[in-house]
Amino acid sequence: MGKKVALTGNEAAAHAIRQINPDVIAAFPITPSTPIPQAVAQFIADGEMDTELVTVESEHSAMSACIGAAAAGGRVMTATSANGYALMWEMLYIASGMRLPIVMAVVARALSAPLNIHGDHSDIMGGRDTGWIQIISENSQEAYDNLIQAVKIAENKDVMTPALVAQDGFNTSHTIEIWELEDDNKVKEFIGEYTPLFPLLNTDDPVTHGAWAPPNWYFEHKINQLKGLLDSKEVVEKVGKEFGDTFGRYYGLYEDYKLDDAEYVIVAAGSVCGTTKDVVDNLRENGIKAGLLKIRLFRPFPYRELAEALQSAKAIAVLDRVSPAGAQGGPLFTEIRSALYDTQTRAPVINYTYGLGGRDTQPRHINSVFETLKKIVETGKVEKQFDCLNLRGEWR
Amino acid sequence: MAEKLLNWDEVLIGAAIKEPGNSRQYETGSWRVERPVWNPDTCIQCMFCWVYCPDSAILVDENGKMAGVNYTFCKGCGICVEQCPSKPKSLKMILEAEAKGKSEEELRKEVFSEDK
Ligand code: SF4
Ligand code: SF4
Repeated sequence: MGKKVALTGNEAAAHAIRQINPDVIAAFPITPSTPIPQAVAQFIADGEMDTELVTVESEHSAMSACIGAAAAGGRVMTATSANGYALMWEMLYIASGMRLPIVMAVVARALSAPLNIHGDHSDIMGGRDTGWIQIISENSQEAYDNLIQAVKIAENKDVMTPALVAQDGFNTSHTIEIWELEDDNKVKEFIGEYTPLFPLLNTDDPVTHGAWAPPNWYFEHKINQLKGLLDSKEVVEKVGKEFGDTFGRYYGLYEDYKLDDAEYVIVAAGSVCGTTKDVVDNLRENGIKAGLLKIRLFRPFPYRELAEALQSAKAIAVLDRVSPAGAQGGPLFTEIRSALYDTQTRAPVINYTYGLGGRDTQPRHINSVFETLKKIVETGKVEKQFDCLNLRGEWR
Repeated sequence: MAEKLLNWDEVLIGAAIKEPGNSRQYETGSWRVERPVWNPDTCIQCMFCWVYCPDSAILVDENGKMAGVNYTFCKGCGICVEQCPSKPKSLKMILEAEAKGKSEEELRKEVFSEDK
């Protein structure tokens, strides 16, 4: 068992990075993830890490430097948020296309405009199709545990795909929680040594990275890349179990909270799941069969497993911390609903946008969602497929 | 060399290339709309064209001298002409359509008739 510490989510990520001790970190500060590279710089200055920290002039350069270092054969990490993540955009595709297992801590934050530095999922959801593995954490403990696992997942020979581990801006990143910090050596042993596939610096075995692929090659490479991303699902499960065997905290593709016989189910990701669990507990005490399906692995999307886990539900509400931006609903909603289409259940599925730009989501708001689900089951009618939680003025 | 097209589950991960020089399989000369024509009579053998050509399409003979243009790979960008410092220029661009059916010698005469 690890040592109990009271630290923020950012510090949890920084300690994971300290223990992983990657060869290279290239990073540019942006709220709310700034404390991560800041703490890492301190660890390096104090001689607790020997990582090469490259301070760059933008996040585009940060990811570019990460790509170069990873192609050279290094174990590489970085951290970012919001507009920084958005500025990395084209490089994110290049990292995944080149199959470089870079691991990135993302402290999820709203995108401008209007300017807002607070938590929501606009950044990671916008980047959901960049070919990266995406793991979403509920709290500091998970932010720490997931980063350690992500290294092992990304570097797996069948995967070789970059991975991001998200935590919620401020809700998690700046909140002091009690979590378990594991022994340095035990973590190093768990992740093991990294053997790059085609290191550019191995002059005995020369290789070209980043060449162009004409129309008669590109398609095959992209589908080869897709296979690596899809194969990571199995590795996520395997590593989650190994992590449990080693450190006592087990992880799967998702977390089911009182879901087995649940009739009213919320599907959500991130820190709101903590609030939802409290509400579920209260409702259960009153005999109401409420449950939570917490998304952990968002990319690749484990649609079969998630749909299977939702079969007992009589009504489902999917919470998206991002605007649907013109789609039928938020990204989590559309994917969950699509996954259910191939299964037996015809339970109504509704969608809420919540928590944009750091808007607080409290137990009473989650309670109102469960009340709506109950009403849907009682009346057999869905009044609103899409609604907003804790928004001033009624959405019409 | 004919290139062997591999299936999606046969290609190297990350589109890495282990076999050097395979850009030879890609004949960039097929893009050409205009072509540079070379005049050995005024060429001062500075080799600027060879340095600047992005497709290594300037031919060099066994003595290390400029020896013409490899039209299999010359994509017709015109950089060599831009860079050529001799007065008059020893490289000039002409439309591919105008070059059709003519030998290099004929083209040279046509293009450089006033530059002796
Ligand atoms: S036109 Fe461009 S490609 Fe052709 S020889 Fe000149 S520099 Fe090279
Ligand atoms: S740049 Fe002009 S002068 Fe110089 S070698 Fe080439 S053709 Fe000759």
